[in-house]
Amino acid sequence: METRNSIRPPGPVVIDIENITKEYVMGEEVVRALRGVSLQIRRNEYLAIMGPSGSGKSTLMNMLGCLDTPSAGRYEFNGKNVAEMDDDELAAVRNREIGFVFQTFNLLPRSTSLRNVELPLIYAGINPDRRVERAAQVLADVGLGDRIHHKPNELSGGQRQRVAIARALVNGPSIILADEPTGNLDSKTGEEIMELFENLYQHGNTIILVTHERDIAAHARRTVHLRDGLIEMDHVGFIAELDMPLAR
Amino acid sequence: MLFGEMIKMALSSLGANKLRSALTMLGITIGVFSVISVMTAIGALQYSIENGISFLGSNIFQFGKYPANISASGDVQEKFRNRHNITYKQALHYYRLMEGEAREICLKSFGYEVKGQAVYNGVKTTPNLLIVGTNRSFLTANAHTLAYGRNLTDEDVELSRRVIVVGKIIEKRLFPHETPIGKVVRVSGHTYTIVGVLAEKGTAFGQSQDDLCIMPITRFFEDYGEAKRTVNIATQAFTQDTYNRTFDRAIGAMRIARGLRPDQPNDFEIYSNDSLKSAFVNVAGYVRVGAFVISLIALVAAGIGIMNIMLVSVTERTKEIGVRKSIGARSRDILRQFLTEAVFISEAGGVLGIILGIVAGDLLAMWLKVDLIFPYGWAIAGLLVCSAVGIGFGLYPAYRAANLDPIEALRYE
Repeated sequence: METRNSIRPPGPVVIDIENITKEYVMGEEVVRALRGVSLQIRRNEYLAIMGPSGSGKSTLMNMLGCLDTPSAGRYEFNGKNVAEMDDDELAAVRNREIGFVFQTFNLLPRSTSLRNVELPLIYAGINPDRRVERAAQVLADVGLGDRIHHKPNELSGGQRQRVAIARALVNGPSIILADEPTGNLDSKTGEEIMELFENLYQHGNTIILVTHERDIAAHARRTVHLRDGLIEMDHVGFIAELDMPLAR
Repeated sequence: MLFGEMIKMALSSLGANKLRSALTMLGITIGVFSVISVMTAIGALQYSIENGISFLGSNIFQFGKYPANISASGDVQEKFRNRHNITYKQALHYYRLMEGEAREICLKSFGYEVKGQAVYNGVKTTPNLLIVGTNRSFLTANAHTLAYGRNLTDEDVELSRRVIVVGKIIEKRLFPHETPIGKVVRVSGHTYTIVGVLAEKGTAFGQSQDDLCIMPITRFFEDYGEAKRTVNIATQAFTQDTYNRTFDRAIGAMRIARGLRPDQPNDFEIYSNDSLKSAFVNVAGYVRVGAFVISLIALVAAGIGIMNIMLVSVTERTKEIGVRKSIGARSRDILRQFLTEAVFISEAGGVLGIILGIVAGDLLAMWLKVDLIFPYGWAIAGLLVCSAVGIGFGLYPAYRAANLDPIEALRYE
């Protein structure tokens, strides 16, 4: 557990958002999912975004992951203005700078682990030889060196999530964006996955966890609490603050 | 994204629903098959007609009671049936008028209803020999050549001698080991002396041209009756240059022989190699247009099938599209992926249709005993049309896939 408390020195700012809002029109109602959120995330951070459902957590995650653009406000990713990017540019950012890890793994069911991990490299236009080599390497790094030709239905839940993590890592992204990565796993397997994230953090990756589970968020070095589309609390460390604000 | 990658992805997606892909493909296959098989068969026929088969010898035109393509419709046939037969007397009148104007004038009357059977020493031929009463010009007029022996002569006709010249099939059947010249055979109850054998001519439209017996037209009338027979007259001009002049005079002579007043239309048909070919080409043209329209309809139906399946596929794979977009696929990558699948189904169906169509068309050509062809033009056109169908009907589903909102798509279960 001593590694858990070791905070690596943060690097330059990767994500810089200032006063972003997001409004949806649902029927005749305007839903204000984000009401002015400002956040800076630096390289080498391990951050958890928490909040109850309806707090704007998913919207913020979509925004951070460049799946969506804000209605208003400023969002800079590595110094580039995301709010003004067109779809192709956003796709390129998602491809090279962001590694998604989903609760439901979201692997292509008919493709082997290797093929799944290769996919971002295909969209990046990497040639086949280098692609296979790189994908196999990353799969070995997450402990699946002997499972590269298995299809998702031949793997356990934990192994599937490892494949998904390998896929997120394969293009060497600036951030890893994990949305409830242990939500579909039993607690033991979930703990193993969290150890893998810890390991990735120790090796210099930037990790953003989106979760509503305190146990999971406790692995992060910094916690951002969202409520009603606003940041309620943003603080370094977790364990010390495990009292009032979360006791709902 | 690389082209090979797109094909690989398309194959993997299509492979996941093999039956569905195959059935969708089948629609295209049927459409392409129908057009290619018909075009191949017709192409083979037409090629043979234009390059090989001569219906008549060179510089020859022919008068007859019926037109060449008698298989038109019933009404048209009625008109010809009510014409008077061209009698031997009229034919001789024409012959006399045209003497010296033409190189050869062949008078011929066919015993289609006789179904001749030749017997020699107890050996019989099949009972479907064609018996023709004619003169010495028959060989030239019908592009036959004599293998050996002699041709009919004017004297044979004058004296209505009991002599015949036989086709190769009869020689092969009745005289495998000896010469037929001078032998006496029975044909349909009459005896004849064989004086000559025709060289083998092969088949046209699946019919042998070597199973005929020709005899002096006078003998033919004596043995098989003259009353209900019509005489065909083939006339050969001296040269290509004099063909038109001979042709004009011949029509005049024929009108005189038939006793027509100047205000009456011709009551006989005129045909030449060219008119026979163009008659065929006309019919072939209609068949082509028909086949084309039918297959076009089939292809549109198949295209709608493709669109339908692709729309289902887009809905089923919404999640996959979301995942692909989240890891960096651009809209046009998704568009290409789905378009590739549609075009692949279409092309694969098309290639299969082309192969089956050419095989079927050439089998038909083989059965008709004409040269086989590979219709490159139609094969290429088929592939192009398939691409167009694949792109045309795949575009909308692919467009829908490409424009899915990644967030919505990821949330889709």
